[in-house]
Amino acid sequence: MNSDNASEDNASINILYFASLAESLGCECESFNLACEKVSVADLKQQLAARGEQWQRLINAPSTRCAVNQSLAEDEQVLASNDEVAFFPPVTGG
Amino acid sequence: MIRVQQGDFNITDEYQALLTKNDCGAVVTFVGRVRDFGGDGIPFLLQHYPGMTENVLASIEKEALRRWPLLASTIIHRVGELNVDDQIVFVGVSSAHRKAAFQACEFMIDVLKTQAPFWKKEGAHWVDAKDTDQQAAGTWLNSTKD
Repeated sequence: MNSDNASEDNASINILYFASLAESLGCECESFNLACEKVSVADLKQQLAARGEQWQRLINAPSTRCAVNQSLAEDEQVLASNDEVAFFPPVTGG
Repeated sequence: MIRVQQGDFNITDEYQALLTKNDCGAVVTFVGRVRDFGGDGIPFLLQHYPGMTENVLASIEKEALRRWPLLASTIIHRVGELNVDDQIVFVGVSSAHRKAAFQACEFMIDVLKTQAPFWKKEGAHWVDAKDTDQQAAGTWLNSTKD
């Protein structure tokens, strides 16, 4: 086993964006490198928000929901390798 | 039973599927239809989050079965392109008595509307969420869970 490669793999998560959020950000999915250990949802949001005014406004909007591995997640949740993180606006089904 | 599908559903078939052999004294069904949100009849697109959608619907059904003595239950939600007046969602339950059936059906559609990851787009416009839906679901979710 090559531990260097393993740690690189471990640092990566997938981020999905849905509906109006995906359209406004111009991004439906991306692979994201966590860069360090114990990255929380709040930390991730901070890093995404640093991409620009649009990202800052939409990712930090109180109405924006975050799910980790397909369950709604709070800001405190710590992310792990290969997690699937999703950001989306309030749902409007039914 | 949970179904997420592009095609339409037939209420008569779904009603029959809810009938159990014994003690099925009450069946309550709800059908949601696509309303015109001001787009003069232009088509809608129903987007969802595959995987999470099914998980959320299954957990809503599980919670209803935990709260009420149901004999059978069904949630169907359509995705993809839909038009005004199309059927979009079906919730049906059967129980020995009407009270449990009415309450469970209302619980499932109220919670679905605020928890299940579906989004409606009318033409180029994403439909906004409603506070009244949030309040309706909140009433159930804040009520005693035993």
